[in-house]
Amino acid sequence: MKCPNEMISLMHHYLDGDLRPEEEQRLKEHLRSCAACAAHFHELKKTVAFLQYAAHLTAPPAFTTKVMKMMPKEKKSARLRRWMHGHPLLTAASLFVLLTVGSFASSWGENGAFSVSADEHVIIRDHTVIVPKGETVKGDIVVRNGSIRIEGTVDGNVTVIHGKKYMASAGQVTGEIEEINQVFEWIWYNIKEKVNHALQSLE
Amino acid sequence: MDFMDLFIKKRIRAVQKGDQNAYADLVDLYKDKIYRLCYRMLGNQHEAEDAAQEAFIRAYVHINTYNPDMKFSTWLYRIATNLTIDRLRKRKPDVYLDEEVNGTDGLTMQAQLPSREASPEEAVESLELQETVQRAIERLPEKYRSVIVLKYIEDLSLQEISDILGLPVGTVKTRLHRGREALRKQLGHL
Repeated sequence: MKCPNEMISLMHHYLDGDLRPEEEQRLKEHLRSCAACAAHFHELKKTVAFLQYAAHLTAPPAFTTKVMKMMPKEKKSARLRRWMHGHPLLTAASLFVLLTVGSFASSWGENGAFSVSADEHVIIRDHTVIVPKGETVKGDIVVRNGSIRIEGTVDGNVTVIHGKKYMASAGQVTGEIEEINQVFEWIWYNIKEKVNHALQSLE
Repeated sequence: MDFMDLFIKKRIRAVQKGDQNAYADLVDLYKDKIYRLCYRMLGNQHEAEDAAQEAFIRAYVHINTYNPDMKFSTWLYRIATNLTIDRLRKRKPDVYLDEEVNGTDGLTMQAQLPSREASPEEAVESLELQETVQRAIERLPEKYRSVIVLKYIEDLSLQEISDILGLPVGTVKTRLHRGREALRKQLGHL
């Protein structure tokens, strides 16, 4: 007698543990009456038992030590990538600083044009700003790509970018005087300005 | 989450932050499982050790692609299973046992080999049985082999096997049924 494949299928579902109770009942009844299927089922269960018996096996000695010796040396780039992955916020902040500094640095080369922030009470001659004797400039003066000669009084800060300042003995500046001739000074100046702006806008 | 899961999660985080030594704990924890899988898949100790080592190195190198929603063991099993299947495919195709051997006039290799078929009495002896089971597993096509090994050697649930192999549970079941039938033909008579 050839048994339906359905019985074999039920046996496998039984082994997978997903047989409904009524199906299990049907399988059991069939196995009682059919020697061929009973033998098949017995062989399947034996096969499973053999497999489970083969599961006992452990890794060879010193396995972990060997693996650890084979580990790749950490590359700097890998470590950086790992670090960046672990610290997204710091990465974003560093990137921001880098880009900001980069943009300041590149703007250092630009703006080759002479400019001055004050125009009242000053004389401009050959890229040199002169604060004449007896005159008082109220407010800060920023000179770009030029120099400044102070013979009178400046009531504020004086900043010279890419240039020189000359002080006459009678000249007077109430605030700070600054000469910026290096890229890093330029960057620092920009950052200070940005921070000041930010602080002022907060107030 | 139990204590063990927490320990594993912490170790993984440490490794991800660059602590290589933390990885030794993870290797220690899973070495038997992964080695066993490799051995049952490949059928030889030397190759199994090599493959298991490679699996752990691969997992380390790609630790940042590990998704913590998945069990770490599932991820490791996936790496090791793929690796052993790759190795099986790269092997030179086995010489067919019933191929004729040159100059022996109709004598097949099968006839030249000493009988591999162990008698039931012999097979019951542990090493012999282990060998017999191993040879039977090795005769399975790789797609049945991986499912059988994950189910019966590693004792994993059908759902876990489906996660590891990236196959629907239904497909896993079908392969398991066919694999069991194929093994029954070899082992059932013992």
